[in-house]
Amino acid sequence: MYRYDVIDKTLVDERVAQFRDQTRRFLAGELSEDEFRHLRLRNGLYIQTHAPMLRVAIPYGLLSSKQLRTLGSIARRYDRGYGHFTTRQNIQYNWPRIEDVPDILAELAAVEMHAIQTSGNCIRNVTSDPLAGAVPDEIEDPRPWCEIIRQWSSFHPEFTYLPRKFKIAVTGSPRDRAASQLHDIGVHIARGPNGEPGFEILAGGGLGRTPVIGQVVRDFLPREHLLSYLEAILRVYNREGRRDNIHKARIKILVKALGIEEFRRRVEAEWESFKGHGPRTPVEEIERVRAFFAPHSYRVLEDTDPCAGQEAAFRAWYRYNTHDHKIPGYRIVFISLKKPDVAPGDATDAQMELIADLADRYSLGEVRVTHTQNLVLGDVEQDKTLELWRSLAQAGLATPNIGTLTDMICCPGLDFCSLANAGSIEVAKLINERFEDYDYLYDLGEIDLKMSGCMNACGHHHVGAIGILGVDKGGEEWYQITIGGAAGSDASLGHVIGPSVAKRDVPETLARLLEVYVRERQPDERFLDTVRRLGVKPFKERVYAAPAAA
Amino acid sequence: MPRRLLRDGAIVVDEWRTAGDGAALADDAALMLSLAEFRAERERWLARAAPLGVILAPADNEQELVSDLARLALVAAEFPTVSEGRGYTQGRLLRERWGFAGELRARGAIRRDQVFLLARCGFNSFELPESELEGAEAALRTFSAAYQPSNDRGLGAALRHR
Repeated sequence: MYRYDVIDKTLVDERVAQFRDQTRRFLAGELSEDEFRHLRLRNGLYIQTHAPMLRVAIPYGLLSSKQLRTLGSIARRYDRGYGHFTTRQNIQYNWPRIEDVPDILAELAAVEMHAIQTSGNCIRNVTSDPLAGAVPDEIEDPRPWCEIIRQWSSFHPEFTYLPRKFKIAVTGSPRDRAASQLHDIGVHIARGPNGEPGFEILAGGGLGRTPVIGQVVRDFLPREHLLSYLEAILRVYNREGRRDNIHKARIKILVKALGIEEFRRRVEAEWESFKGHGPRTPVEEIERVRAFFAPHSYRVLEDTDPCAGQEAAFRAWYRYNTHDHKIPGYRIVFISLKKPDVAPGDATDAQMELIADLADRYSLGEVRVTHTQNLVLGDVEQDKTLELWRSLAQAGLATPNIGTLTDMICCPGLDFCSLANAGSIEVAKLINERFEDYDYLYDLGEIDLKMSGCMNACGHHHVGAIGILGVDKGGEEWYQITIGGAAGSDASLGHVIGPSVAKRDVPETLARLLEVYVRERQPDERFLDTVRRLGVKPFKERVYAAPAAA
Repeated sequence: MPRRLLRDGAIVVDEWRTAGDGAALADDAALMLSLAEFRAERERWLARAAPLGVILAPADNEQELVSDLARLALVAAEFPTVSEGRGYTQGRLLRERWGFAGELRARGAIRRDQVFLLARCGFNSFELPESELEGAEAALRTFSAAYQPSNDRGLGAALRHR
């Protein structure tokens, strides 16, 4: 993985000093709440329902074991012993004290981490495929490009006061595991007509109140021009994006208002006017960064069947929580953070430290964070998966539900967030209580359940095969259900099935949707595909047919 | 007490006046005008011998000034709120695309915490509350390195680049 040189180190250290001074001035009354707000937000610090929340960047979701150990240690010493992994591959602490934040940042800087631009109207932490570099289906490892974008976007002099937040995702595989079509810019590694390396560029995707799927701005961009092209898009957006209405300020609204043709024309015109002297990534720099992501020195092994003769619990875990690796004899292992009685995405200090140790022992010292709020050990020898499973199971980290209904995405909701209408964590608990039979979950197969506590859509409900959105009705929590959404290569937005339902009826509503699926599905058809084939109608009819059983 | 500002890394008296400063304007006073004021009586202002400047509102396009840039001693970008970001683009393009070499000034709701990035966009003067001036002078040294090639002339010292 990438390691800091003197430039990177200088920048994060100087950032800590800058933020320490800003915090001191705020606590001394020299900065008003509002003045400090603009500064702290660009450093991931929110003031939340109960306490400040600090969001720490995990660039493109990749952590060393040492970094994860530090995250665990921070959780124990500055928080209440846990952290929350987010849909943007970051981690959030919900209980730090403002006066401690500069010290936390200093500890992060010591392990080459930071909270720069994890919130605020600026270019956010770049996200990517959590399986990058380990999967067989990749054109090219996207992480070097993520790192190049991370550096370019950090303290970008021109684009730190944008109309609204700005998210970029990069993928290197035809299978989109980074929800790239739902980002302000999606960068897809591609090949030109003669096989030359470059990118397809999308813009204007996003969730929130107005969900939109991104559109192609450029079919093929030669790789050395990536940064100048991103600058052209950002410049058009910075100048022309709306600043009068926070709900209409994302680039998706600009792209919609202009139409993709006109938006493309403006971006191309801007790009043509400066690409000759704009930032260009020379081959030496591309190679310098790529060297950090060179393939590991894998052992020469053969594929084996670790499940042969083993107990059913291991076999279920192996089937659901591991994935093919590009190297024979290796396996990608998911660590589920979706244990039924735990808030989705949460991990304790001890769990983080244990996972760091397991990464050292079994997976070349690296851990990845997925946008579905799980962790991944990317390079595990197949013969070691049984040992690894036993260690994970003892720590409550082997819930065999990856890709199933209970592997749900969920925002922190009312329990922590000052924006939320609904206690999404509580609903997650109700769902887990209702759907605790693994045979049934496995029979249902792959279903993305995504839940947001409010229309800001941090839980990506629009792109869940089943989406759940918390709404406020006269001070009560209600839930609007959508079906048919997807975040992958076949991205689509879900359809509302009808009036929202009361909290206690959410599990029954899901049960009825699933009942229709089980009745109507064709062999090997996913829930999503059944919905696409039949439309909302049969589901709607069943859900609203009669009052939910008490 | 005359108003002071931060220019080229030093705290100096601001000799520039705006049209709003009243009729007592001396013939040789350096004068900065909004783009609308400038356009309304362009010939008259250009005929004046004293230094002339134009203030851009966030929605103004600096390209409109290109043919007059050689005659302007100052261009200012207005920041009505701290979250206003269009001036950063105006400044950068004035320096890098249109080759403006005069005083590039930031004014409005900016504080010491914005001057570093503004300087990297080519701004070399900053109108700030008196209480912010010393802090802003130090803030020009917030970072000693940078990732992006940019126009750092407002910083007074070169940043380390890779």
